[in-house]
Amino acid sequence: MEKFVSIEKVGQTFTTKKGKFVALRDIDLNIAQGEFIALIGHSGCGKSTLLNLIAGLTRPTDGVLLCDGREIAGPGPERAVVFQNHSLLPWLTCFENIYLAVERVFSAKEGKAKLKARTQAAIELVGLAHAAHKYPNEISGGMKQRVGIARALSMEPKVLLMDEPFGALDALTRAKLQDELMKICEKTRATVVMVTHDVDEAVLLSDRIVMLTNGPAATIGEILTVDLPRPRNRLTLANDPAYIAARAAVLAFLYEKQAHVEKEAA
Amino acid sequence: MHSGSATLDVDFGQESPVDRRTTPLQPSAAAPAPVQEKTMEKALSVPPAPTGIPFAERLATFGRAALPPVLGLLVLIGIWHVATHKGGAIPGPAQVWEAAVALFSDPFYRNGPNDQGIGWNVLSSLQRVGVGFGFAALVGIPLGFILGRSAFLSAMVNPIISLLRPVSPLAWLPIGLLVFKKADPAATYTIFICSIWPMIMNTAQGVQRVPQDYLNVARVLALSEWKVVTKILFPAVLPYMLTGIRLSIGTAWLVIVAAEMLTGGVGIGFWVWDEWNNLKVEHIIIAIFVIGIVGLILEQALILLAKKLTKEAS
Repeated sequence: MEKFVSIEKVGQTFTTKKGKFVALRDIDLNIAQGEFIALIGHSGCGKSTLLNLIAGLTRPTDGVLLCDGREIAGPGPERAVVFQNHSLLPWLTCFENIYLAVERVFSAKEGKAKLKARTQAAIELVGLAHAAHKYPNEISGGMKQRVGIARALSMEPKVLLMDEPFGALDALTRAKLQDELMKICEKTRATVVMVTHDVDEAVLLSDRIVMLTNGPAATIGEILTVDLPRPRNRLTLANDPAYIAARAAVLAFLYEKQAHVEKEAA
Repeated sequence: MHSGSATLDVDFGQESPVDRRTTPLQPSAAAPAPVQEKTMEKALSVPPAPTGIPFAERLATFGRAALPPVLGLLVLIGIWHVATHKGGAIPGPAQVWEAAVALFSDPFYRNGPNDQGIGWNVLSSLQRVGVGFGFAALVGIPLGFILGRSAFLSAMVNPIISLLRPVSPLAWLPIGLLVFKKADPAATYTIFICSIWPMIMNTAQGVQRVPQDYLNVARVLALSEWKVVTKILFPAVLPYMLTGIRLSIGTAWLVIVAAEMLTGGVGIGFWVWDEWNNLKVEHIIIAIFVIGIVGLILEQALILLAKKLTKEAS
């Protein structure tokens, strides 16, 4: 398999007041271009820590991370992040929030008209053209998250990193956004790494599900390849034996193999 | 260092600090406004002719809102009247009212440098506050930004600020007189000294409290330092800065009265002292009210400004 993002022997140790805290150890993972990876695990297992390492927001204490053949030395627009709580700037309109990102990435090569067209295209991609000139506090949580996704996609990143992007949304909105995300990924052929704690979301969206063991000192427990044809439809999948098997495998990992570690650790 | 803790925050499923930022200022500042607008709209859109109930209702709500403060003021004047009606050194409300009517009938007269109308006195005090305060903002806000951004500089300067901040600004007056050799700039300089601390402290605190999420956005986008300052830091810090400005102008208005008593010249503080020397106690009481009202107006004007700016910003 061709490696686009590779994570080699990565470990992360935080120095806290109580001493050293090993969050992650011995993480080895290769991600191909265009692949959709879900990171799943119990809360506190270090899923987001791993995502932040790929984003470059934190540096690993051990090992090395590569993206497109280069070491990840810091955050950058080629690895766009959709944050857990959208992180839109409240003093800018949706359009301006996206424009800020577009301007940063493309202003060296393109004129203002082109940048605006890009912004508009990104906002239309997530179906929010009507809310372009509203402020984040004037729109719903699902819409904010969509703007966050549009902002990330507008930068044409090599890798799209999503940190529980739909975690704070209600079930109906979440389903709708998952469908939208699948369509967008198909259109843009984006490489995606998504942190989630929702088993159905992981199985529905991803090509591979990376399951982390419980922290502290979490590492990759199992990797499950989800061999379901695309485009996927949540209604027909519900009775698909392959879907049900994948779902069962993830549930078994989370609730049988990793169920009691937390107690042992505590 | 920061991002490490941010990661942990996210992992343990805590709410990150985005929304916390807006809570201190927004609800008090921005929230009541839309409600008011709505009620006004309603009142305007209802045709007044047929029933007249909306108008009566509006009058009633206004009455309910205005009653307690008016009652409080009446009680104050009542106590004052009772306390002074037997005569004595302190004049009663009626006497002060008469003096005030005489005084305000010609607030802008000029009979030489030491005898000018109350209007001139208030204006020259305001001018000193304005100039001193303006310089303090010019120096204090950028300094606050720098201290907020650099942990090292902040650790270096904070002990000095902590040492100097509790010092009464009047203690700096002799230094000002020595440096400027004139009373007027010395008073302005005192205002500068007392206004600068809240400005530095609040701005620096605001910069330190910019939510890590916004800074992470800046890092992922790899924004230039200029963009970080204009698009993220400045709007995020604005509410803190405005709080600093409000506190500063409050202290400045307190201090100017005392400073002018010492330096003389034209100004409301000097005027109070001059009227004490003339034993016109009713004028001193008028001055107390004038100082209070001007201070109130300054404060309210800044609250209004803060409301407008943060509304635009958020």
